[in-house]
Order: sequence, then structure tokens, then C-alpha cells
Amino acid sequence: MLSKRIIACLDVRDGHLAKSVKFVNTKNIGDPIAKAKEYYEDGLDELVFYDITASSDNRNIMIDVVDRVAAQVFIPFSVGGGIRSVEDGRRVLLAGAEKVNVNSAAVKNPKLITELADAFGSQCAILSMDVLGVAPSAAIPSGYEIVINGGRTPMGIDALEWAKTGEELGAGELVVNSIDADGTKDGYEIRLTRLIADAVGIPVIASGGAGKPEHLYEVLTDGGADAALVASMVHYGEYTVRSLKEYLHQRGVRIRMCYGTTERADC
Amino acid sequence: MIQIVDYEAGNLTSVKRALDHLGIVSQITPDAKTIAEAERIIFPGVGAAGSAVRNLRERGMDQALCEAFEKGVPILGICIGAQILLSHSEEDDTDCLGLIPGETVRFQLSDPTLKIPHMGWDGIEITQPHPLLAGVRPDDMFYFVHSYYLKPEREEHVAATTDYETVFASALMRENLFATQFHPEKSGPPGLDILRRFATWEGNPC
Repeated sequence: MLSKRIIACLDVRDGHLAKSVKFVNTKNIGDPIAKAKEYYEDGLDELVFYDITASSDNRNIMIDVVDRVAAQVFIPFSVGGGIRSVEDGRRVLLAGAEKVNVNSAAVKNPKLITELADAFGSQCAILSMDVLGVAPSAAIPSGYEIVINGGRTPMGIDALEWAKTGEELGAGELVVNSIDADGTKDGYEIRLTRLIADAVGIPVIASGGAGKPEHLYEVLTDGGADAALVASMVHYGEYTVRSLKEYLHQRGVRIRMCYGTTERADC
Repeated sequence: MIQIVDYEAGNLTSVKRALDHLGIVSQITPDAKTIAEAERIIFPGVGAAGSAVRNLRERGMDQALCEAFEKGVPILGICIGAQILLSHSEEDDTDCLGLIPGETVRFQLSDPTLKIPHMGWDGIEITQPHPLLAGVRPDDMFYFVHSYYLKPEREEHVAATTDYETVFASALMRENLFATQFHPEKSGPPGLDILRRFATWEGNPC
């Protein structure tokens, strides 16, 4: 039986680790490569890098980060931000990423999901969706709307419908990011996560709102998520990846327990 | 030197990066002659069986791999590289190398909460001791991504199994041939341990 995954999200701007609160006021908080390695050695299951570099001139910096991470971190990781074509996807995969992550670009051009899935396989194509709670309406019956541009632009698309469409178009996984919960540390949006997890046949990664270990437990059980995304919880040293995993393990969640680096003694 | 078979089947650089990290010398080669004469071979791959086997045949790599196997060269197959070692794959109804009798079949799961592909971290149960698995601990997990699974005809060719509603072979063994459905290069310390052991393995199954 598969284990539940803990995925750390690293926002990278101009080669530095940044953390945003509700997608604004980003600040530099360190070296993404050092952080990635630290989490890997602490038993992390997977990494996501979002390139939030404003200028496309600096995209090569991100490729360099990916390349250096891939040389020392031997777990899967994906890269998102600035991927608008199969060529963009190919560059990050060749640099050593396992998967690519599309968000706004896929909302504007849904064919992109299919193109990525056809070129590299569905397992390589992750669809991230930023979701805002709204009053239910004819256009948005679920009461959850897709937003883009870091949460600033509502698209008039129902999040539940978009999740199903994403799966049909070939996405291999969904990241469901609640804009309402993001940065609050009050817990994941359980209802939203469950709604989508029940409606699709591909893995769902819950994102936004993690503040305490209980929040991970809730979203991986009640929320029906296959994986929980964490960011500031671990970036500032408040919790270690290891402590989160031990907590979940103790509460009976199937979790991969593995620490250390390369070497192990012969048995 | 380990030769990594290049047949345009996905990301081969991950294996190379893992070997570099371990200080093991390797190169990625599209040349069948180099493979036929290699002292040690890794046969990786992601993607679909049909195009993978087609690419392999176009390069003459199928013959080269069979020759190397006959000579007793240690070979490690990974993911699609493992599936292609069997006789046939249901994916694209593809005839494969047949170095291990059996076939690759698609998961048919009745539990609606189980997803296909089988993607993520899962455990393995060792069914026969093998030198490449000697460092595996009971709780170790490995990274899997696949929709089809290995179904060898004979139990003697199964080194480990994994349970995903269906109990399937997650590692195969036959003489100087070893293969994993999971990705050792993306499986953290226990995965790297398999690669490290492969680098010095003489090709003897016990």
C-alpha cells in the first residue's frame, strides 16, 4: 500500500528561497539547494519548486537550481512557474526534475496539459489550481472558483469542474491550493480537498494553511488527500520534516520513515 | 565503467546523476556496440513500452542486450527497462526481449480509492535473498510510477513483491540480470544502496 506523502514547497525567486503570505510580501529566506538537501536528509518524500522570478531573463537561474538539486537530492521533485510550453517543460526535466507543474498557463491554454502529458507521460504533468471560496452561483455551483495571477484574477471557472477537466486532459496529479487558507496556518481547506479528491481518480496534493502537525493529519485522513504540501511550517525551523512524519506515523498514517544520506552499513 | 542504455526512453540523466553522486563512473550511450561490449549495464527508462521497444530495435540495442546477458555481464533494468525484459507487454501489445519468461499487464483494481498509476512510495517484501537487496531494511520504501506491472511466469525469477491490491513482482532476478519496477535513483538512501551494490556485483544471484 502506498504511503501518504509530505511534500515541501520552495518558492524560488532569482535563485533564492522566498516565502509569500497570500502571494504578496515575498521575502528571501535562504538558499533553496541547502534547504532541499536538509529536507531530503530529514526524510522528505518529494519537493516542489515554484519559480516566482518576475523577469523571464532570469529563468536560467532556475535551471541551474534544478540542476544542482538533482545532483544531491534523490527523491522526486517537480518544477512550476513559467512553464508555458512543452519546450519549457523539457528544459526542467532535462535539468533533473521528475515532473512539471502548470497553473495559470493551463487555465489560459488547457491544451498545454495534454501536450505535456503526450510528450512526457501523465505522471510528469501536475496541474496546480489556486482556489478561492465564493458564494455558490450558476457558474460556480461548488462555491469554489479558480483564480490566477497569484490569486488576483477570478476566472469564472468552477474549481470542481476544472479538476475533472484537468484529469481528462491528461494531468497525472492535482495540487489544490486554497487561497483562503494560504499563509493563515489555521489548517488546510478540508472540505475543498475532500470534494476534489472524491471527484477525481488521480492523486490530490493539498496545499495552503498548514500550521500544525494535526492539520496534516486532518487533510490526509478527513480531507482524502494523497499528499500534504508544507512550506513555512518547516522553512523557519518551527517543525522538522522528521517530527511531522513521526507524528503522523504515531497516529497510524502510513508514512515512509527514512533518514540520513547515502551510506548504510552492510547487513 | 557502467554503460547506461540510451534509447530515448525518458529521463536517463537521473540514473547518471545518482551514480555520479556515489562516485561510480558511468556514461550514457546510444551505441549498440558499446552495450554489447560493456562490462556492466543499466537499462533504465520511463514512458510507453511500444515506442521504447521500437527505439531499442532501431538501434540494435535488443541484440546487444541479449548478447551481453549471454556473456554474463551484470545488467540492471529499471521500470520500463524491467518490463521490457519480459516476453510481452500488454501496453501497446508489444513483443519484448524475453530474457525472463512472463508478461507485463495493466493493473485492474476494484477498490475505487486506489489510483492508477501506482505512484509514490511503497514497501517491498523480499521473496528471495539477492546481493543487491542485502541492504534493504524491513520498513524501507521505494519510489514507484507505473500503470502496468511485472508478471514473470516463474517464481524463481521474483526477488521481491509489492502489494497494491494485486501482489506483483517489484524486483526480478535471473542469473546476471536484476530488475526493479521502482526507481532506485529516486528512492533516497535504500535506492542508492542498490546502485552502489550493483557497481561491484559480479552477476552471481546468491
